[in-house]
Amino acid sequence: MSILINRNSRVMTQGITGNTGQFHTRTSRDYANGRACFVAGVNPKKAGENFEGIPIFGSVRDAKEKTGANVSVIYVPPPFAAAAIWEAVEADLELAICITEGIPVRDMVEVRDRMRKQNRKTLLLGPNCPGVITPEELKIGIMPGHIHRRGRVGVVSRSGTLTYEAVAQLTELGIGQSTAVGIGGDPVNGLKHVDVLKLFNDDPDTDAVIMIGEIGGSDEETAAEWVKQNMKKPVVGFIAGVTAPPGKRMGHAGAIISGGKGTAQEKLAVMEGCGIKVTRNPAQMGRLLKSVLR
Amino acid sequence: MKIHEYQGKELFRKYGVATPRGLPCFTADEAVAAAKELGGNIWVVKAQIHAGGRGKGGGVKVAKTLDEVRAHAKRILGMQLVTHQTGPQGQKVRRLLVEEGADIAKELYVGLVVDRGTQRVAVMASSEGGMDIEEVAAKTPEKIHKVFVDPAAGLTNSEARNVARRIGIPEVALGQASELLRALYRCFWEVDASLVEVNPLILTGDSRVVALDAKINFDDNALFRHEDIVALRDLDEEDPLEIEASKYGLSYISLDGNIGCMVNGAGLAMATMDTIKLYGGSPANFLDVGGGATAEKVTAAFKIMLSNPKVKAILVNIFGGIMKCDTIATGIVAAAREVKLSVPLVVRMKGTNEDLGKRILKDSGLPIISADNMAQAGQRIVAAIKAKKAKPKPKHKPKPAARGKSTPKGKSRARSKSKARTAPKARAKPRPARKKAAQRKKP
Repeated sequence: MSILINRNSRVMTQGITGNTGQFHTRTSRDYANGRACFVAGVNPKKAGENFEGIPIFGSVRDAKEKTGANVSVIYVPPPFAAAAIWEAVEADLELAICITEGIPVRDMVEVRDRMRKQNRKTLLLGPNCPGVITPEELKIGIMPGHIHRRGRVGVVSRSGTLTYEAVAQLTELGIGQSTAVGIGGDPVNGLKHVDVLKLFNDDPDTDAVIMIGEIGGSDEETAAEWVKQNMKKPVVGFIAGVTAPPGKRMGHAGAIISGGKGTAQEKLAVMEGCGIKVTRNPAQMGRLLKSVLR
Repeated sequence: MKIHEYQGKELFRKYGVATPRGLPCFTADEAVAAAKELGGNIWVVKAQIHAGGRGKGGGVKVAKTLDEVRAHAKRILGMQLVTHQTGPQGQKVRRLLVEEGADIAKELYVGLVVDRGTQRVAVMASSEGGMDIEEVAAKTPEKIHKVFVDPAAGLTNSEARNVARRIGIPEVALGQASELLRALYRCFWEVDASLVEVNPLILTGDSRVVALDAKINFDDNALFRHEDIVALRDLDEEDPLEIEASKYGLSYISLDGNIGCMVNGAGLAMATMDTIKLYGGSPANFLDVGGGATAEKVTAAFKIMLSNPKVKAILVNIFGGIMKCDTIATGIVAAAREVKLSVPLVVRMKGTNEDLGKRILKDSGLPIISADNMAQAGQRIVAAIKAKKAKPKPKHKPKPAARGKSTPKGKSRARSKSKARTAPKARAKPRPARKKAAQRKKP
């Protein structure tokens, strides 16, 4: 098993005809069971055409009805991305994964508000995230597939390349991953650390979790408090940005220390206080996880 | 993106938020003319820079005569204003706001931000205006009142009245205060702000509520739909290196250390800075080259890092996923040659085509130090700096043509800064008295 996605997922790409959408749909399709899993693309202007054999539909609903797709990955450009997310939500897909970086925060506030008020069932991952991979089964997103190995450690992180770094360290130590999830670097997003930890906690094929955070917000603290009360499996962590100055946005829209809140030190302290083993050295993430495996 | 107080107040007025009358000025003559036009017998001369804390730094002065207006304007214009937000070097004042004096009975506070927890706009208000609000939040959090606004409804009249009452606005002014708060919310929402702060919001002697300050930050991701706001951008207020970097799609932030670093991905870039610190070094910048870094982008990144005279060594940390290590290696070699690199360079590459990339670096004949993992990269970059310090006269000293040479000693800071300023300066309106101010710059 795994969380969020597996070989039975059926995936559509929203924004399949753009450069990014094409490139990453191709690499995802060529990974493990991708050929069976990537079943549709969406572009309202190109319905009836296909991308390298993947049929293109005019709407998410149409793609879902014709192919049985239950997951969408979104590469639509920022001005239209929030509307694309909403289209996936309205079609009641199980999971929408938004890779797009640079969506206005106001658009996300509106979409998230509508999702909550209408009690929508669709889970949203992202935006501004690398996607999700269940190694040797299915990759949906922009991460390099070859660094992953199938195994029993869950990975959850706000950042892309730092996640790859952690995964590569695990793989080098011979530790495989059940699922690696990138929740994204935006201030207003879908699934948070705590939501993904809950899924890993309930997954019989995950033994331990590595949680990677960064400065800004208080998601890591919330997750840590939840771990203290509920988590049955060991969790280790790292927070990027100990050296980041306040008031400066460090690349990610959400990575900013504001009003003295959201510092790495504060997050690390709360995590330690909640029984999460942390390291301050990003080169040690894999070893730290290894140390808690039974 | 940030704007000046006077621009913020102009925006406020469009939404019906009461502010004092005032005029922006670029010279002392203009300041006197503005005071005459405003009339009355008391004025406030306010330095316009993007940083906060201007009053404490001597950038806000009250004048009771036109001569005083002139004197204050002369003194403030061109000064290097130091506040807790500018850093020790301060920020040069190029614009003023001359305002009519206000009759302050009480100072309050109101701020709006997007709250990540509730994913709504939070309106925060306090009776403790004029102070550092972070301090109020830390010491007396019960004095800050918050409303999380339903985005479909906007800030309602009853919510606004309730907040206004809690921060001590008298019954007679509640209607106007509530309208002002709702106008602030509409402004925040419609301009895609990331922060609106009024500190202080004042209650006047005749029980009116007025925004005495205006701080507005904007969501950069939404600027594509606000041409009018982009037009308010003042490049003089931004770090020239950050402006230059943004032209190449690089995300760059200047820091205080001496190790330049170039990384792909924001999270890994922060983690790399942390690693440098962990091994006893200090990062000179944050630099995310993003995905799909070309040789051109890498060269631009090297030039930008090296135009900071403090940089004594460079660390490159790349996790090649989609981006291949050999492509990056080719870019690094080309960049090192083009800038005639004279500081130690440590490269750590991982991922797709790693071996090929390492071979390209080795075969280049350049003195590139390779590292296999982040820990090693951290150790080697710190060791490289120490080795350089141990030999005060480096072998490759006679290289006069080196563009970003490391300028070993002296007052390189001010010099390079004014040089780096050239690009944005050329765009801005020509204004006098620049050279004079440059001489006043602290060493």
